[in-house]
This record gives sequence, C-alpha cells and structure tokens, in this order.
Amino acid sequence: MSLMSLTAVELGKKIKTGEVSVREAAKASLAAIAAREEAVHSFVTVVPEEAVLARAVEVQRLIDEGALTGPLAGVPVAIKDNMCTRGLLTTCSSRILGNFVPPYTAEAVLNLEKAGAVIVGKANMDEFAMGSTTETSWFGVTRNPWNTEHVPGGSSGGSCAAVAAEECSYALGSDTGGSIRQPSSFCGVTGIKPTYGTVSRYGLIAYGSSLDQIGPIAKDVTDCAAILEAIASHDAKDSTSVKREDYDFTAALVDDVKGMKIGIPRDYFGKGLDGEVKDAILRAAAVLEEKGAVLEEFDLSLVEYAIPAYYVIASAEASSNLARFDGVKYAYRSEEFEGLHQMYKKTRSEGFGEEVKRRIMLGSFVLSSGYYDAYYLKALRTKALIKQAFDKAFARYDLILGPAAPTTAPRLGESLSDPIKMYLGDIYTISVNLAGLPGISVPCGTDSKGLPIGMQLIGDCFQEKKLFRAAYAYEQTRAYEHCPLAKKGVSEDE
Amino acid sequence: MAKNVISDETIDYVGILAKLELSPEEKEQAKKDMANMLDYIDMLNELDTTGVEPMSHAFPLHNVFREDVVVNGNDRENMLANAPDRKDGCYKVPKTVE
Repeated sequence: MSLMSLTAVELGKKIKTGEVSVREAAKASLAAIAAREEAVHSFVTVVPEEAVLARAVEVQRLIDEGALTGPLAGVPVAIKDNMCTRGLLTTCSSRILGNFVPPYTAEAVLNLEKAGAVIVGKANMDEFAMGSTTETSWFGVTRNPWNTEHVPGGSSGGSCAAVAAEECSYALGSDTGGSIRQPSSFCGVTGIKPTYGTVSRYGLIAYGSSLDQIGPIAKDVTDCAAILEAIASHDAKDSTSVKREDYDFTAALVDDVKGMKIGIPRDYFGKGLDGEVKDAILRAAAVLEEKGAVLEEFDLSLVEYAIPAYYVIASAEASSNLARFDGVKYAYRSEEFEGLHQMYKKTRSEGFGEEVKRRIMLGSFVLSSGYYDAYYLKALRTKALIKQAFDKAFARYDLILGPAAPTTAPRLGESLSDPIKMYLGDIYTISVNLAGLPGISVPCGTDSKGLPIGMQLIGDCFQEKKLFRAAYAYEQTRAYEHCPLAKKGVSEDE
Repeated sequence: MAKNVISDETIDYVGILAKLELSPEEKEQAKKDMANMLDYIDMLNELDTTGVEPMSHAFPLHNVFREDVVVNGNDRENMLANAPDRKDGCYKVPKTVE
C-alpha cells in the first residue's frame, strides 16, 4: 500500500511517531508523480528530486528537534501555479509568465512551509484561473484520474487531479467562481472555499480580487480543516484580510448534526441538473436527515442572475489586474515590435490565450465610459441583491445543501467551443463567491459512468465550523473512494 | 443572431483599452463573442435594482493604515532577474518619447 493512499493527517501521524520518515513520504510522492504524470499531467512544474529531498531532511530535523509538531509536518503538497513560490517557476499556466520565478512566496504557502510542508510541485490550472476544465492551460490539459478521457474540472484541475491520483497528499487551490469546489466534485476529493478574507491573498496572482480565495483540497474533511487551520491568518499585506475570532477549525470535526437546520434550495434542483447527480445529492441529504439534521426546501431566488453578474465583475477586475503583464517587468516579451505601444500589444496578444483575452476585452468594455453604469454598476447592484437573498436564507438555516456542479466531468474537448454553456456549469458555485461565503464540496458517490459527484454545503460568513461539522458527520457514513488509477499502485514505493 | 451588435469602432476601441492587437479573423470572432456575452448579460435588466446600492465587497471593508516604514530589504537583483530586458540596474524598454 502506498503512503500516498493515506490522508494528509494520517501520513502526518506516521511521520510524527517515526514510523515513516519525511524522506520516505517525499519519495513516495515523487514515485507516484513519475508513474502517473504521463496519464494525468497534474503539474506544470515538478520540483527536482534533490531539492525535495533536501527540504525533507530539513523538515525531519525540525520534527526530531521538536520544533515542528503540527499535523502536516513532513507531508508532501502540490501548490496551484498561481501562488508565488520564491525561486520556483510560477506560470499561472500562461505563456506570458512562462519563465517567471517569483522573488517572494505567497503568505498562504509561507504558512504551510512554517507548518512543515514539503512542496513537490506546482499544479496545472486554467490560464489565470479562467476556465472550468483546465483545458486553457498553455502547458497542455490535465486529465481526470477517474477517466482520462474526461476533464478534471477547473480552474484548480491540476490540484484536484494530483490529490485524486495520489501524486501528493493534499494541495492548495484557489476559488473565484467555483474553481476549488467544481474540480473537487469532478475528481472525487474534498475542497473548501473559505469565507472571503480568511486566507491571505498576498502572493496569489490576482484574477478577480473581490472574489479570489485560496483553500485546501484533500481526501477528506479532517485534512481540509487541518490545512485551513495552517493557512488561515490575518495578514497586514492583504488589505482585505480579516482578523477572525476562531482559527481552530479542527475543533468542529464532530459527528453530530442533531438539530442542525439545512435549507435545500429548490432553484438548485431544476432544469439543467443531471438526474444521477440530483439523486446522489438527495441521498446524501437524506443521510444527514437520518443523523438528526432538519431539512427544509426553500426558494433562494436570483440563482440564474449570479452568472451574468459574475462575468461582468470578474472580467472587469481581470482587465485591471492583468494590465500589469506588459512585457516590461517580468517574463514574456514579443520578439519583434516597433515602439513601446506595439511592444505592449504584441506581448499581450501573443502571451495571453483566447479565454483570457475574451475576458480582458469584456472587462475593458464594461468599465469603459458610457457602459460603466449599465453593466458594471448593474452587476454590483445584482450582487447586493444576491447577498440579501443569502442573508435571508441564513436567518432560517445553518447551512444550504445542493450540488457542486450540474453534471459530472465532461469529456475533453467538449466545453471550450461554447463559452456561455461552460459558464452555466458554475451556476451552483458562483453566487457563493459574490456573497463572500464559505462552501465545501464533499464526494457523495459516482454516476453510471463511474465519475464522481460532489455535494456542496454553503455556510454563512465565518461559519466554516458548521460546514466542517456537517461535512464530517456525512463523511463518517462512507469510505473514501480511491480512483482506479490510484488503486493500481506504484512499483517503486511498494 | 445576437441582439447586441459590436461595431468595428467599438472592438478597435476595446483593443486600445485592453492593449491587445487582433488579426482581422480574431476581430470578427471577438465581435461575435462579445455580442453573445452582452446578450446574456442583458438578462440582468429583468431585475429591478432601483434604490439598491452597488456592492463592491461582500462585507464592509475599512481602510487599512500602517506606518510608512520600509520592512522589505533591497531585492533589486531578484526583481530584475525576471525582466525581459535590463540595463544599469533598470528595466529597459523601447524609446517612449520621440
């Protein structure tokens, strides 16, 4: 049995007791990567073995000295390639950052390193986190480890595929409109998007700054709580960072949902939802009811308006955030140009992919004079209404339960030709970002094609503990399903 | 057929704002894509938002102040290491003023 089939916390325990060395854990991860990358391609960059093992030795020494005592010390992790890592290539899966080596490390990653993380690689993603399939990466697509003819979802598709394929023990992703929860659902792993401001965005290469949030991706809820505990912090370097009253998320891992009020929005179960997904979600809801939760159907309202509002806001912010990629300060610059302005234009036109350009243009348009009120301010007003709808719901319910995505993972190559259809796939996740709420996707079965289905739980702001408690209680009723690829094992680490 | 029509002037103007240079084929595609997207976004007009304040952040944010003190060291060499072109410790760019 591979060490990579354990959860991060299980592996951390074995390292702590000395049953497994940090070096052995790191070697198991690298062996799995060597065996499975050809099939899955989760990574843009795999850290060279010498560097991983040097870090393993350092972490082992700190554990042995008693300086590192946390649950994640010595456990191998993948970082989504939009988080800066000092001295380690960080590309955002874009040609324009194809050779960017950051001079500093993102705060969330720094927090993980302080907890003894051993980084094994930078995970593939949709270019600049814009996409739902990880097919817009300049470095090639990532495949779903459950069935390599299908996409892993996105934009954190590499992070989720790496965890599902057991190439590492856990990963960090980022979520702007569902980019942790949707690929977690497609890959059969657990992923949480925390309340906006919980994890510092310092060093996260920005897409939609008012929506972006970093979060954990792992095999189970216990791992996610432990990882969030490690990465969450109040950071003066991120002016939107929030000083929370509670950071002890693992305290919420209690198998008890008695009396918990859970709202089930009828608008999440209508047209467009796949029948098998619907059945699996309702079965999972029934499990929570059996354990004592009080379920009630209600109308959330405004669900279909979240997507157009999101694309106006996110594109507007992206057009501004991505203005910094101009061929002057980092990475790619066009080879041939005449004068400064053509240098900017050619660099950006050659450096950005189609989907990124589409969103930059839309964003520039909705912010331009004459259209700002009609589009941008209208979207911000819609956002206010969506927030009010959630406030109303959370006055009555502890949590909202629904699907993470309307379908299971589509086949490769089926999504990009019709952008609006692809955007509709984010219908259950996107409003959570607009309202700044926490949301978690937990595996709850597979469809007849053998592809995983994820249940999403949504909480009110700062109510991660309720999410963890309900998700943990549900998880106690079913065993983690390893994907077929991971079950094959890796000869080197047997 | 899209209800919104994006003119050549509009797409050229967007190209200037976005600092993107599009080939004639890309321009046609971009006009189509943007028109389709705007048709979709026009769905928001079904909502009555009279009197609703635009919400830029999900919860109230306050200005965050700090003393203006340098806390990071001189990282010039590391910063410049990523520059496509450099000269005498500075970023090198094409001539900006004729």
